[in-house]
Amino acid sequence: MEVSVSDFDNLKATELRLGLPGIDAPEKPAPVSPRGSKRALLKANEECWPGTSKSLEADTSNQEAQPMAKAQVIGWPPIRSYRKNSFKARKAEVEAAGLFVKVSMDGAPYLRKIDLKVYKGYKELREALDNMFRCFSTGMEGCNGSEYAITYEDKDGDWMLVGDVPWEMFISSCKRLRIMRRSEATGMPSSP
Amino acid sequence: MREERSDMSEDEDGGGGSAKSRGGGGAPPPFSDQVLEIVLENVLQFLSSRRDRNAASLVCRSWYRAEAQTRRELFIGNCYAVSPRRATERFRRIRAVVLKGKPRFADFGLVPINWGAHFHPWVSAMAAAYPWLEKLCLKRMSVADGDLSLLAHSFPNFRELSLICCEGFSTAGLAVIAEKCRHLRVLDLIEDYLEDDEDEMVDWISRFPETTTCLESLGFDCVGGAVNFEALEALVTRSPALRRLRVNHHVSVEQLHRLMARAPQLTHLGTGSFGSAAAAAAAAIPQGGNNVVDLVSTFAASKSLVCLSGFRDMAPQYLPAIYPVCASLTSLNFSFAEISAEELIPVIRHCHSLQIFWVLDTVRDEGLQAVAATCKDLRELRVFPLDATEDSEGSVSDVGLIAISEGCRKLRSILYFCQQMTNVAVVTMSKNCQDLVVFRLCIMGRRRPDHVTGEPMDEGFGAIVMNCKKLRRLAVSGLLTDKAFAYIGKYGKLVRTLSVAFAGNTDLALMYVLEGCTKLQKLEIRDSPFGDSALPAGLHHYYNMRFLWMSSCKLSVRGCMEVAQRLPHLVVEVIRERDEDDDHEAVEKLYMYRSLAGPRNDAPPFVEIL
Repeated sequence: MEVSVSDFDNLKATELRLGLPGIDAPEKPAPVSPRGSKRALLKANEECWPGTSKSLEADTSNQEAQPMAKAQVIGWPPIRSYRKNSFKARKAEVEAAGLFVKVSMDGAPYLRKIDLKVYKGYKELREALDNMFRCFSTGMEGCNGSEYAITYEDKDGDWMLVGDVPWEMFISSCKRLRIMRRSEATGMPSSP
Repeated sequence: MREERSDMSEDEDGGGGSAKSRGGGGAPPPFSDQVLEIVLENVLQFLSSRRDRNAASLVCRSWYRAEAQTRRELFIGNCYAVSPRRATERFRRIRAVVLKGKPRFADFGLVPINWGAHFHPWVSAMAAAYPWLEKLCLKRMSVADGDLSLLAHSFPNFRELSLICCEGFSTAGLAVIAEKCRHLRVLDLIEDYLEDDEDEMVDWISRFPETTTCLESLGFDCVGGAVNFEALEALVTRSPALRRLRVNHHVSVEQLHRLMARAPQLTHLGTGSFGSAAAAAAAAIPQGGNNVVDLVSTFAASKSLVCLSGFRDMAPQYLPAIYPVCASLTSLNFSFAEISAEELIPVIRHCHSLQIFWVLDTVRDEGLQAVAATCKDLRELRVFPLDATEDSEGSVSDVGLIAISEGCRKLRSILYFCQQMTNVAVVTMSKNCQDLVVFRLCIMGRRRPDHVTGEPMDEGFGAIVMNCKKLRRLAVSGLLTDKAFAYIGKYGKLVRTLSVAFAGNTDLALMYVLEGCTKLQKLEIRDSPFGDSALPAGLHHYYNMRFLWMSSCKLSVRGCMEVAQRLPHLVVEVIRERDEDDDHEAVEKLYMYRSLAGPRNDAPPFVEIL
């Protein structure tokens, strides 16, 4: 009934994921499984472990939420679920509070979604976007004066160039991102 | 079985056996008998301590009856120790009930869901027997919305409801309480788990009567969803008696400001988030200055505040707002606020009157040193870990513990989570804090020795039981050999509650405790190498205890069965979570407790009662 932690490691290795090659999406821990709320647990499991079938045993799952650390023991350290959930729930809420934005790239067949809260500043964001869309472009490094410009749509619906305003202000007003070809952005032919 | 009876009534009501007549010889005339009982009742109604009452009830049949008629508060420490029917038949005029259910290790996920502790049979019995019930306090009980509804409809004079670490109910149940309990003064929800679906939440705050209420205390920090703020503000406005208000983290600091303005007479405040609404965090910065100024003046106007908690999503720039009340605070709970030492120090510097302080280890040893420097009156300290894993970076250590012990000499209760500790520090605390009643040290790394000497933590805990002569509650951790338990058995004569995890070498350790700790009532042990041969050492004592819990030890069914056979009034539960393909003989979890009710009839399939 209870899946042991070593099983998790094995399952992770065989798990099918929808990430692009070359990407190692940050391991999202299984969301808090509330004691007694079996329905929520099932939903949560389906989101996070598409390849596994986890038991409906909800009471010990708080420990199972951190499989990457060394083998966690159930109920140790002795912290009430209430306390653990408070920190996790807040983080989950903040994540769900709309800082996931779509990222489109001109020429790419599909869009991605990123969580702006995860990044500390523009540099990290650019690096992440670089990694994410690497296979679609050959010359995207730095985005400073090269093929692409990163733009975003703000609260007013205007398309702005990323990087002008302080980071905090940016993440609070950014609705979506678009990686634009320089040629389109400036109306001039791209440099050779 | 007289001995058994008196032992069983020692700590709790309902556990008292049927008192046999001990009346003196000869039959006095009935008339004076009745007069005597009336006089007795008049006197006994002033007796409030349940221990005194239990003793009084044993004197003779007449005293037993008089006491039963005059008892107003019923305390049931284990809901399975007595049947609801028996309790309500003996005590006819109860106005207040305290009822506790699951064993404490349920808080850490060690007790499977649906194990039991259902409130339903109790509320059904009380609905019939105690129409004048006013107060109810439940801890670790499984409470359904239907139970709350029955409660609300059965007790017209109902005034106070406290639910602590309970589960099974939802905002729908709260709505019925709010609507039907017209005399409600106290509704305290403390660390409960509500069964709400995000989209099915009920606006229970709006269901309080529209007229002036007699609410004195409203605490809902554990309710997961946002409450209707306008309704809350209106409720606070029409509740002039409100003294204690604890909101959940959906209440932003701006909203808190409005609530406080409506209720300047508050003594206890749970602040909710103490930050701005998440999405507006960046936008609020320009006005941040104004907000803080407003908030400061609101706190300055709250002259009665003595207890602050909450601070769930605290934006540090708001922290200075509480300066005006710091000097009069006796209780401060920062245990959900990730603050650093730099952020804590300017606050704690003002808190001279603080007696209770809960904090996260993010303040580090330096923060604790600041606490020690200022809070000379501190009685209770709890230091919780932000990162509750075994290999996280330790933020507080022996340094913090020593500082506290040197600064806070009046300390009575400490709960301290850390990654590493030294015997020297624990010994120092044992010498400096002679008033310690509760000592709970959790070294999060299992079986971790003294990080300086590499030795077991035996000497440290030994010093605690030796030097702290008032010690009643002890939780041990770190690398411990049988020697530590020898100390506990030898010196821990007043210890009532003992928590053990990943400790000890042989059965001797458990035997030392069972033989030595004469006042032991609650013993909870996990993952320690104690086997069947230790159990008999407690046979003389198990009827004096509320319970014994042992999980992941080395017990077998045979050993537990022997205890069950020797002590017929002990309910011995074996809890098995795994499928039957595992070893049938091994006992994964043992929970045993004295009971007048016999084996319970609501045990789920994974519980076997021997």
